[in-house]
Amino acid sequence: MISGLTVAGLALTRGERRLFAGFDLRLAAGEAVALTGANGAGKTSLLRAVAGFIAPAAGEIAFAGPAGPLEADDARRADLHLLGHQDGLKGARLAGDELAFQARWTGGDAAGLAAAVATLGLQPLLGLAVRHLSAGQRRRLALARLVASPRALWLLDEPFAPLDARHRALFGELMAAHLARGGLVLAAVHDPLPIPARMVELVA
Amino acid sequence: MKALALIFRRELALAWSGGGGPLLALGFYAAMTTLIPLAIDPSPQRLSVIAAGVAWVVLALASLLSLERMFERDFEDGALDLLALGPAPLEAVAAVKCLAHWVAAGAPLALASPLAAAALGAPLDLALLVVATAAIGGLAFAFVGGLGAALALGSRRGGLVIAVIVLPLISPPVILGGGALSAYQAGLPWLTGFLLLIAYTLAASAACPLVMAAACRNALS
Repeated sequence: MISGLTVAGLALTRGERRLFAGFDLRLAAGEAVALTGANGAGKTSLLRAVAGFIAPAAGEIAFAGPAGPLEADDARRADLHLLGHQDGLKGARLAGDELAFQARWTGGDAAGLAAAVATLGLQPLLGLAVRHLSAGQRRRLALARLVASPRALWLLDEPFAPLDARHRALFGELMAAHLARGGLVLAAVHDPLPIPARMVELVA
Repeated sequence: MKALALIFRRELALAWSGGGGPLLALGFYAAMTTLIPLAIDPSPQRLSVIAAGVAWVVLALASLLSLERMFERDFEDGALDLLALGPAPLEAVAAVKCLAHWVAAGAPLALASPLAAAALGAPLDLALLVVATAAIGGLAFAFVGGLGAALALGSRRGGLVIAVIVLPLISPPVILGGGALSAYQAGLPWLTGFLLLIAYTLAASAACPLVMAAACRNALS
């Protein structure tokens, strides 16, 4: 279980362009960080680097558990949720099938799945094809795996963008509950998070 | 294993949803088998000589059809992120994708291949060997095809890139399988070619997943 994330002296480049360098971040269990920065500052890239998709040009990304350092790729595969702009949902499949796959693949069980459906009010959507859902409904469907399968570190990229006010508030409550359980949240946002969070700004 | 079964079932469901992949490949197979005699010479004596070989080449082409969707779709909609962050390593995910592709497209084509060969005038006692070579060769096509599909990730005109990468790599199984068939037909020893086909398939299934996973990681970065 991830209970700490340390980013030290991180530099990221995309193509020829240096996004940022010397970036430090410490995130402990129960903490949330709101990552801000101008468009193109590298928020998404930072999240993808933490998720292991982008290799740092310099610096380190380390995960720690209660008993000490964790092997990074094992920790990522077992205990990290990445919710990006793309939700990975297949338009031709039923929402229920896609939700079940995403939840089970990330380690959720039937009880977690039922809890996610109930919490996010997804029951009426489950029988619909994903391509018939609105952007906000798709986002809720993608969010459900965070509830259905307990993973400690949430990497969220503009998680609120397509959600309506009621579901923004609900997602805020889910984040607060996650933190209370000892979870970690790193969210790239333009608007403040609805929960107490440290603000970290990415500057080039 | 439970996680891999999950991927396998999803891949099969995806192959059938949205365009019915297997039916498309079978339709292409049937159309090509009809077209070739029309273009060459429908006289049974001439056709029966080339029947098995033609059935094999058409099989190879038909198995190229749905390759483009194998990784590209998951890459475009973000599902590849999710697959990379699951309990199984990407190498295993890639191998399961190839197996599912074979079950969805390769196996139906293999079952149809003796029909195609017989329709072209191949002797009936060849049928069993046609199915066997088509099934085993089809598995090699699936793995090598997956390699092409993964390497073509993110490129425009991916389908063409895949064909250019894959066609040279599937020439050995085409030579070996087709060679075994014509040797059998001519009453020559055919077992060596058949065994070499199996060897190629095993080698492809061992090596390709490593390359596919590396190509996926590269595309995701």
